[in-house]
Amino acid sequence: MNGSNNGRRRIWYLLLLAPFVGLLFPGWYARSDPELFGFPFFYWYQFAWVIVAAAITLVVYLLTRSERQ
Amino acid sequence: MKVAHNTDAVALTIFIVLFVGVAVLGFIAARWRRGDLSLLDEWGLGGRRFGSVVTWFLLGGDLYTAYTFIAVPALVFGTGAAGFFALPYTIMMYPFVFVVMPRLSSVAHRHGYVTPADFVRGRYGSRGLSTAVAFTGLLATMPYIALQLVGIQVVLGAMGVNGDWPLIIAFAVLAAYTYQSGLRAPALIALVKDALIYITVLVAVIYIPSKVGGFGHIFDSAKSALPHKTTPTGKPAAFLPGTTAAQQAYATLALGSALALFLYPHSITGVLSSKGSDVIRRNSVVLPAYTFLLGLIALLGYMTIAAGITPKNPNYAVPDLFIHFFPSWFTGVAFSAIAIGALVPAAIMSIAAANLFTRNIYKEFLRPQASGSEEAQMAKIVSLLVKVGALLFVIFLPTKYAIDLQLLGGVWILQTLPAIIIGLYTRWFHRWALMIGWAVGMGWGTWMAADQSFKTSVYNLDLFGWKFSAYEGVFALVANLILAAALTLVFALVGARDRADETRDEDYSEFRREVARPTPGVAH
Repeated sequence: MNGSNNGRRRIWYLLLLAPFVGLLFPGWYARSDPELFGFPFFYWYQFAWVIVAAAITLVVYLLTRSERQ
Repeated sequence: MKVAHNTDAVALTIFIVLFVGVAVLGFIAARWRRGDLSLLDEWGLGGRRFGSVVTWFLLGGDLYTAYTFIAVPALVFGTGAAGFFALPYTIMMYPFVFVVMPRLSSVAHRHGYVTPADFVRGRYGSRGLSTAVAFTGLLATMPYIALQLVGIQVVLGAMGVNGDWPLIIAFAVLAAYTYQSGLRAPALIALVKDALIYITVLVAVIYIPSKVGGFGHIFDSAKSALPHKTTPTGKPAAFLPGTTAAQQAYATLALGSALALFLYPHSITGVLSSKGSDVIRRNSVVLPAYTFLLGLIALLGYMTIAAGITPKNPNYAVPDLFIHFFPSWFTGVAFSAIAIGALVPAAIMSIAAANLFTRNIYKEFLRPQASGSEEAQMAKIVSLLVKVGALLFVIFLPTKYAIDLQLLGGVWILQTLPAIIIGLYTRWFHRWALMIGWAVGMGWGTWMAADQSFKTSVYNLDLFGWKFSAYEGVFALVANLILAAALTLVFALVGARDRADETRDEDYSEFRREVARPTPGVAH
């Protein structure tokens, strides 16, 4: 692998900013509707981020693995 | 409705049996993955050999403490949505850990660093700065250990067991096996603790909602009950963070806490005991399972509201809920989960504090020629003293002090971020600038908390008409960073000399390519 390819892989790390964007502005999600399984939006939205953030971290882990070999 | 705290023989028997079983496990742990326990690396870091699975249990047991399981639902019960910040906090933490902690782990492996202060010492060549980091770590950890005892006290009290003796016995047993087995003990016990916690919480969130009319009803009753509750600051509790101030507080508490948790010595001990960077990256992917669990635990606070239970103080929100809905034997299992959940972090915290004292105070100032076995012996003794201190604290002083200090602990530990985390990327900052930034952050952070009589960790800043509400730790960190950057420029202008850096760029990563490609922004 050459250096530029390596640099391109590092761009994937930017994906890790998504949970911060999704969670640092509670004004966007501090509301009750739409509900899901009886959970108001504010509550299920944050639970959903637990899974989404872990999935993103997994994707970044897999995409950047080859540069660590 | 009040829930009585009668002595429950069945619950108590199960509790004692599980507690004794765990103690036996703690002593056996000395033989697990046998190493020379007279060395600090072996006693205090488990030989740095833990793989992904053990690290998952260890960090899970270390970060999600018994106090969390009591305090988070208590906060949700008492203040509503504001208490839910624990969820975004423990979500944002892992992307941060994924990026940053492998670097710390790599450089620590390379140079044999046991504590964060060891790293700062090596990176900046400064005893002053490393002592400041060690001092902050000790100061932030001590009340945290004391609060674990509060967790045990609450479940014992809920089973009708009062007085100090049971607590003293529990801690004496904990102290004995930690002394004997070091970090291996909490690592092994964490397996049992986590299994019990997962079972308890899953049963609770399936069974209790079925009894009180489903999640829809739970949220509805919280929504109607919360506006009638008054939080410690005098404002009413809220079901959603509606005001701008509440939203700013929510976001900054989550962000500040996410950045702070892995600066604590006990978290770093967990990181450094792992086999290497890849273990930490994988764990950043799977540790959020505990975050999901924590979110469910937070909802227990609303279930207590929905069930119409009025605990004698919010800390009893969860114990009272369990007593009310569970048969005695399962209450015993659930309470054991919480109490054992206190032992794991208490052990790791006392080991981390012992490592800090031994490496960065004893060896640094008192006995520089101390051998490896002297170091380990000293650490074992300090781990005992730390626990005695925490015990005396909880027995003789009001619980409120431990809670106030733990709240301050988060503000304090955040002030070590520039030296530790930014230090992992660049040596640009001057050591004196970091020192002064740290001191000002500590001072201002403490002042803000004291100014509000420790009732809240949110400060309302009014800067020439610009109003912002945020976590005190975040305000203090911003001041710390601005000052450190400005002073670094000043020191550079006057030509103040900096000390040597014993680390090299390639020490920070396991990528071989890094050798030829230095990180941008590193000044030499």
